Amino acid sequence: MKAFRAFITKEFYHIFRDRRTLLILFGMPLIQLILFGYAVRNELNEADIAILDHSRDEVTREITGKLLSSGHFRLSAYLENESEIEQVFQRGTARIVIVFESGFGRRLIRDGKADLSIVTDASDPTMAQMLEGYTASIIEEFQRERRMQQDAERPPGADKVLHGDGGVSKSGITPEIRMLFNPELRSANLFVPGLIAFILMLVSAFLTSITIAREKETGTMEALLASPLNPMQIILGKVLPYLALSVINVFTILVVALVLFQVPFRGSVMLFSLLSLLFIMTALALGVRISSAARDQQTAMMMSLAGLLLPTILLSGFIFPISNMPAILQYLSHIVPAKWYLIIIRGIMLKGAGLDVLWQEALILFGMMSVLLALGISSFKNRLE
Amino acid sequence: MKNNGNIIEVNELTRKFGDFTAVDQISFEVKRGEIFGFLGANGAGKTTAIRMLTGLLIPTSGQARVAGFDIYTESESIKRNIGYMSQKFSLFNDLTVAENMRFYGGIYGLGNQEIRHKTIELLDRLGLTGVRNRLIADLPLGWKQKLAFSTAVIHDPAIVFLDEPTSGVDPITRRQFWDLMYETADRGTTVFVTTHYMDEAEYCDRVSIMVDGRIDALDSPVGLKETYGARNVDEVFVKLARGGVS
Repeated sequence: MKAFRAFITKEFYHIFRDRRTLLILFGMPLIQLILFGYAVRNELNEADIAILDHSRDEVTREITGKLLSSGHFRLSAYLENESEIEQVFQRGTARIVIVFESGFGRRLIRDGKADLSIVTDASDPTMAQMLEGYTASIIEEFQRERRMQQDAERPPGADKVLHGDGGVSKSGITPEIRMLFNPELRSANLFVPGLIAFILMLVSAFLTSITIAREKETGTMEALLASPLNPMQIILGKVLPYLALSVINVFTILVVALVLFQVPFRGSVMLFSLLSLLFIMTALALGVRISSAARDQQTAMMMSLAGLLLPTILLSGFIFPISNMPAILQYLSHIVPAKWYLIIIRGIMLKGAGLDVLWQEALILFGMMSVLLALGISSFKNRLE
Repeated sequence: MKNNGNIIEVNELTRKFGDFTAVDQISFEVKRGEIFGFLGANGAGKTTAIRMLTGLLIPTSGQARVAGFDIYTESESIKRNIGYMSQKFSLFNDLTVAENMRFYGGIYGLGNQEIRHKTIELLDRLGLTGVRNRLIADLPLGWKQKLAFSTAVIHDPAIVFLDEPTSGVDPITRRQFWDLMYETADRGTTVFVTTHYMDEAEYCDRVSIMVDGRIDALDSPVGLKETYGARNVDEVFVKLARGGVS
């Protein structure tokens, strides 16, 4: 125990004296949080919009007004003809153009159906898709309100006549888009869980693998192995300080996210902590495994970067939805622990899900942790081979 | 075995790495309290042998007992009773002198009080009390080596293994280093030291000379010189290395 305490003390000296480690440990999470929170926004704020209104009636004015008052769009210009559309995109004065066909309002009232084009600049496909989605949902809402208004104004019989094929208007103009759990499409709700997974992977696996590899590189590992310390003590001594710092990190991120970005936390904090601990242990085991394969810090760094951090960012669903990936990558994503952890904490934070819903993911994570822990410990050699 | 005055007993110890035989059936004894020189050119197998004796490497075949313990089955007991200064630097650059001693004292199970006394005593002997709170990284190589040695014997081990402790160190520091080893041996710790500086062999009680994984000669420096009709150990070594065994 005395030996173990001496070891832990030494580890904390290493951590607090190395500026690089400190920066990764405490600077990185904060920088990432702020970067994702303020710079990399997926949600829309005042995208420039141009309107080409061939109809100029009461209905088109109403729809335009609704779009502009949504807070997502800022009016750039009213266009006069089709040829101007390309120009505004080329000059970059608008990202989206709404085109109302002539006689839009009249046709909508008479036929219950009218054409409206949403033209977006797809050189930025993500943005284009998002603009389309926003516009569609605003128009959908407009129609819903309109229908309700009509229902209220007309006697029940007349309503039937108009909406007999009025159903076409519902499906004819806009697709129905519903957004659950994150109705405002707030990106913070999505990236904060992802960021937690990433930071945990970074601190637990990346830093652990480097700190063990460093002892090998400088030769101090030989002195440690020749000492009465047993391998379990060396592993635990290396891992525990990072475990403690990871836990502190998670709650820091969480508190900052709750306060700064009003990310909801609907589920159980207890369950969140327990399953996070499971993920941290998985990451630590990975770090130990990597360090036993790597001879020096450089190798350990490259291995964790390519083998852990990139999959955590790319294949976990953190940034790119897994369901949109080619089948082979979808299969590959199954072996990324962060994927399961992300499902779990998104479930807990955004949906308030409990273990009754998440038990499968938790079980998978537990299985991964057990296997990796066994691998990590058995690969850590007591002797030099 | 423990009572016959031999603290290390090695019998036909062998270690192969694939086809390469790094250590080839070496046998020797080291007496309690002596300074045993383990000589050989670079690559002769000294480090491999030392790693087997310190429990870091499993032998391919052969037997050995260190401080009375079997190297196969009792390596944990061996580790508690030895000090080891590897060829690579074993102190932590980002820790101060005192913190390094606290750490190594701690992992060998010394109490705080004991570590404090030891630190003062060892630094006093080295004349380095002033650098107590300096980072290891800021010290010159010679000082670092002397500190690494003192740290390796902080727990007063039965044997201390030193793997090329003086390589790359200036002659004056080398001289001081040998003084340290004498003092340590006087306090009852057996010193097992490897070197490829043949002049240093003259300071040892007995030396073995390793060539290509085998021990070709083992005697006191005086005895070796007589046997090989050489003026110094360097000549003995050259004769052995050329295969000119008389």
